[in-house]
Amino acid sequence: MKLDLITSLYVFMLAAFIGFEVIRRVSPLLHTPLMSLTNALDAIAVVGAIILAGEHKSQLAAILGTIAIVAATSNIVGGFLITDRMLRMFKSSGPKRP
Amino acid sequence: MPTETFIEITYLIATVLFILSLKWLSSPTTARHGVWAGEIGMALAIGGTLLYRGIIDYKLVAIGLVLGCIIGVPLGKVAMTAVPQRTALSHAFGALCVTLVGTSEFYLRAPNISPFLMAVLSMEVILGSLTFTGSLMAAGKLQEVLPQRPITYKGQNFVNLGMLALAIAIAAILAMHPEQVKLFPAMIIIPLIFGVMLVIPIGGADMPTVISLLNSYAGLSAAAMGFVLNSKLLIVAGALDGSSGFILSVIMSKAMNRSFTNVLFGGFGQIQAAATGVQEQRPVKSATAEEAAAILAAANKVVIVPGYGMAVAQAQHKVRELFDALSKRGVDVTFGIHPVAGRMPGHMNVLLAEADIPYDKLLDMDAVNGDMAQTDVALVIGANDVTNPAARTDASSPIFGMPILDVDKARTVMVIKRSMAAGFAGIDNPLYYLDQTLMLFGDAKTFVGNIVRELSGAGDHH
Repeated sequence: MKLDLITSLYVFMLAAFIGFEVIRRVSPLLHTPLMSLTNALDAIAVVGAIILAGEHKSQLAAILGTIAIVAATSNIVGGFLITDRMLRMFKSSGPKRP
Repeated sequence: MPTETFIEITYLIATVLFILSLKWLSSPTTARHGVWAGEIGMALAIGGTLLYRGIIDYKLVAIGLVLGCIIGVPLGKVAMTAVPQRTALSHAFGALCVTLVGTSEFYLRAPNISPFLMAVLSMEVILGSLTFTGSLMAAGKLQEVLPQRPITYKGQNFVNLGMLALAIAIAAILAMHPEQVKLFPAMIIIPLIFGVMLVIPIGGADMPTVISLLNSYAGLSAAAMGFVLNSKLLIVAGALDGSSGFILSVIMSKAMNRSFTNVLFGGFGQIQAAATGVQEQRPVKSATAEEAAAILAAANKVVIVPGYGMAVAQAQHKVRELFDALSKRGVDVTFGIHPVAGRMPGHMNVLLAEADIPYDKLLDMDAVNGDMAQTDVALVIGANDVTNPAARTDASSPIFGMPILDVDKARTVMVIKRSMAAGFAGIDNPLYYLDQTLMLFGDAKTFVGNIVRELSGAGDHH
């Protein structure tokens, strides 16, 4: 258990570094889609909620888990939809440039 | 292959796809691949999870997924002007999910929780619940169902910090004595109130910073949930979201000339209180649409500076027509976008992209300021404080030091404005009294429409 937490800390630290390096390079043009996309990705928390509701270990866990699935799924669906809609709007001037 | 290993492999692939997803977002040409990568990763991870043998109740899972889709689809189809409140709402949903899972985990495991695990679980529910109410408040203010006016009172920071300290103290007690189960609800209720109090003093123009900050909290709470569930995938996704929100908060607070601690401890809205001074009556020069059209047509280089006022007036499509009309005459037209223009980071770019303005014409502050001295006309539409030269010159101004678009360095400045009323910060703008400034009084949409008509009909006058 102790070792798991240490491993988790390593993962967190490395992911945070990757996050900083990758997101620093995102053009300010796309900061709104960035936020909606990271929001959708963050909703991967749905996997925790699915296990909680699916395991049905207690009445409370099943109910809260189901509500959590609803909240996270709406973020996934809504987040990806709106991000794609926004990105489709970004067009360059001139059809093709040499 | 055992199912557990298979599930872990889907998570591993999902993690890679999530990182690629954000990497591809760096440029508009590859950005849509990023969305696809994210979608595939998400589908894999959910599919893998459904194979988990511990799941005995698929009915509840199915109900949750279907209801989520029913709510999610309309949230993906809101108007672009409503994207800030939609984003705030989705932060609230994300935080709700994390808080509920954390709460269930606590009641399932207590009192057999190690101090470290209890600490991360506390972080998960504290951040989750304050983000939930804070984001709901932000969404309410943005949707204008709640008063947008900042509400401040004496000792506000003291009260807020006191509540936060109390929640952390409860977390510390629980870490030592996880059998004190009855303390747990307090650790949720206090941050729920704290979230409301945190956003109460915030006005519209500070929203970009607040949304970014709440985004960061939502990510961190999800990462904490990953620690509790020992899910590396969730830790990575939470860390990516958290760092993204953090970077955006830093960019936004720099653009507002606030220190990061100032943002963290709710220095919002204080400018407003400081700026109720007497406004002096000074003469301004105004011009008609016809005169403005003539000046624009004669220019070589025009920079348009849009602010949230443009979006409020729904003028972006008229602005596109103006862009087309001027481009057709060979005028070089670009847009200067201040980082805090709009109600969330990058909002103005999305609104202009929706109006079919090519993204390579949307320039950031530094790019535009470098060329401002060679600019014939700077046309300000619905922006005020971000063009105020007092930020550069007047040390007594409440916005002194805030980076601005140096429109006053252009040969001619035109400002479309309803009246001489002050901007969000309530500060008088010396720009309007400059010799080279022409005020174009009227509704942004109508006025820009009139200019376009003058430009296209110019041939008829001769």
